[in-house]
Amino acid sequence: MLSSVAERVYWLGRYLERVENAARLLKIYSAMLFDLPRGTSVDWSTLIDISGSHVKYAEIYQSFDEKQVVNFLLAHTENPGSIFSSLAMARENARTSREVIPSETWEQVNALYYTVKENINPRLSRSARYTLLEEIITDSQRIEGLFVSSMSHNQTYSFIEIGRKLERADMTSRLVDVGSINLLPAFAGKTQQRLFLEPYENIVWINVLRCLGAFQAYRQQVHNRVSGNMVVPFLLKDEEFPRAIGFCLGALIEHLDKLPNNDDVKRAVTRVKRITREVDVSQLLDKGLLEFIDELQISIADIHEEISRVWFSPVISQELNP
Amino acid sequence: MAIDWKSYNPGEFYDELISTPGYPRKIARILTKYLASLSQEELKQRKTAVEHAIKSMGISFTVYSEAGNIDRQWPFDLIPRIIAEKEWNRTSEGLKQRQRALNCFIHDVYNEGKIFKDKILPKELIRKSKNFRKECVGMKPLHNVWAHICGTDLIRDADGTFYVLEDNLRVPSGVSYMLENRTVTKRVFPELFENYDIQPITEYPNQLFETLAAISPVPKDYPEVVVLTPGIYNSAYFEHSFLAQQMGCELVQGSDLVVEDDHVFMKTIAGLAPVDVIYRRIDDLFLDPEAFYPDSALGVPGLMRAWLKGNVGLVNAPGAGVADDKVIYTFVPAMIKYYLGEEAIIPNVPSYLCTDKKQCDYVLKNLHKLVVKPANESGGYGMLIGPQSTRKQREEFARKIKANPREFMAQPLIALSTLPVLCENTVEPRHVDLRPFCLQGTKSYVTAGGLTRVAMVKGSYVVNSSQGGGSKDTWIVSE
Repeated sequence: MLSSVAERVYWLGRYLERVENAARLLKIYSAMLFDLPRGTSVDWSTLIDISGSHVKYAEIYQSFDEKQVVNFLLAHTENPGSIFSSLAMARENARTSREVIPSETWEQVNALYYTVKENINPRLSRSARYTLLEEIITDSQRIEGLFVSSMSHNQTYSFIEIGRKLERADMTSRLVDVGSINLLPAFAGKTQQRLFLEPYENIVWINVLRCLGAFQAYRQQVHNRVSGNMVVPFLLKDEEFPRAIGFCLGALIEHLDKLPNNDDVKRAVTRVKRITREVDVSQLLDKGLLEFIDELQISIADIHEEISRVWFSPVISQELNP
Repeated sequence: MAIDWKSYNPGEFYDELISTPGYPRKIARILTKYLASLSQEELKQRKTAVEHAIKSMGISFTVYSEAGNIDRQWPFDLIPRIIAEKEWNRTSEGLKQRQRALNCFIHDVYNEGKIFKDKILPKELIRKSKNFRKECVGMKPLHNVWAHICGTDLIRDADGTFYVLEDNLRVPSGVSYMLENRTVTKRVFPELFENYDIQPITEYPNQLFETLAAISPVPKDYPEVVVLTPGIYNSAYFEHSFLAQQMGCELVQGSDLVVEDDHVFMKTIAGLAPVDVIYRRIDDLFLDPEAFYPDSALGVPGLMRAWLKGNVGLVNAPGAGVADDKVIYTFVPAMIKYYLGEEAIIPNVPSYLCTDKKQCDYVLKNLHKLVVKPANESGGYGMLIGPQSTRKQREEFARKIKANPREFMAQPLIALSTLPVLCENTVEPRHVDLRPFCLQGTKSYVTAGGLTRVAMVKGSYVVNSSQGGGSKDTWIVSE
């Protein structure tokens, strides 16, 4: 398989996953804010934190008003991380990979692109927004299903899946971040508010689980009340739930095994596996997860670097195939 | 009733479906009756369905002048064109004949040059041809075929006779639209297929693949055939990707290929893999920066070396464009006679050569009646349509012709045939042409019909999609 094709379908997988994840996040976050008392310091700006787009946001808007934040994350074409921008990139990668992916998948990606394009506007009402996000999520799942059931599970498929699972692992790590770091320290300085908000802490974790569609799975597996020191290990280590990092890493190894020259990439995956397996969460939660999450995200980014080095820019003097 | 054929009047033109207002041709009776039975509302629904299908299938092309808009939806009219099988069979024979003669000619030009020695065609014309490649002299491609794929433009005049307007032997495009047009019609008008025996066209990608695979330099069960595209910003990118997909080939760009020891390889995730045949959709001069334009980033350094050594198949062969020149075109009937000893089955449009003093004088005096074409442009660019031109344009062309007579030829304006096109609330006649696609390898193949291109602007003769033309599904039907 051509290196350039591998690169395109890998990004196709990543962008498609990014679209779905961003839609889930936006949907759940809205729902969660309605659960929290008004006037807490948890506000729409946290969403911008999670997406890591503070600088870009500040260039465009001055305040963190709901409609602005939502528009920025959903539709803004100047935000390369907006759902619409990601979808446009997914579509472009699908369009330029049409010769290797089933035509139905291209048609569905194309259709979703138009659905979003035609429905976004800066003054979208809450209910219209909810409907649109639901549609994006459902369509994304349909597209994923199409790939699973209508495409040969060949090397091209493996590259799509590798992109998808890597993006997913990255997103889950960000959400663990939200649940702990972005939220708790925000209360830390305000003892009074912290006491007042304590009952709501679990609401945050419940919503993190919901965002990943993991609430039911968590309940079945952990049998425990929802709390940070149970949710975090579940999201990091579980090998059965498809959005847990442990599961994603397992899937990565499975697909990597189908590809040539995979040693270095597999080593990078194993490193992430070790980091998540060896961490003692309850100890971490006390002093904050910041350092750990940083290390985790950097090592996830390393997997990408290795994939890119090994397969996307092959050295010409490599030995010729027979 | 929404469509009233009695008020449809093609006037002095030959209309392929309606002979005189209210009277459809025999072969079009079922179709026209069916269309007339649809209500305004139903027609509108079908039209929307077409637009939806084209959008969701992502059938697109690019217009260069629209910066930023890299893919545009394909304009399609839902009323099909119908051609009788019997008439088509003869036309199809004529196309095969023409391609055979053209290939004999190209081979002759780069090898013995008999046609010059026998004074059928002056060698002078070739020396001045922009598409003559001196690098190809002495080359003998497999089966002596240079132009494996030919897109021939046909038109009908006021009495319905088919003429060849031009031969496209470099990188003719449009075949994917021909195939997709049929898919769209099947989605939107499945009823029509109940009452007509329409020749299928789906076989083209298989035929193309066989033609390509057959010129693998090393006989193999599975030769590696690739489609070489200039990239996503090319106006025909959709087609490149479509054909690669249909043939199950890799779609590559120049940067995916590399030449080592005069052999071509592609860069894969497992290292370099050999390539046997390249269906290149890049013009000659961009193919290889070592041999041609040194700045070309689209090509592959060393590709010409590999080809000249017979280590890779290139389709169409470099240099094949020497016969795709509107001045050389005028000699094709003579070539058919010279190489094949046959009379041309499909006539040429009468033409005037500006290199001939007498003919050139005639052209200059009659610019207002003639169509003047540059010898080596494609896509309908750089033409003068005399009867629709301004005086200033004619003066400008007269200057150009005098300065460079070899670069121009002229033809009378043919009254192109028309077909009904669905406009807002009504049907109106529009001018059309037809581009069938012909393959030649060990055997010949012609598509059943081809791509019908429509000048969507009332009265216009310009059918090129790059200039606002549309298209129709084309049916070859047994009576």
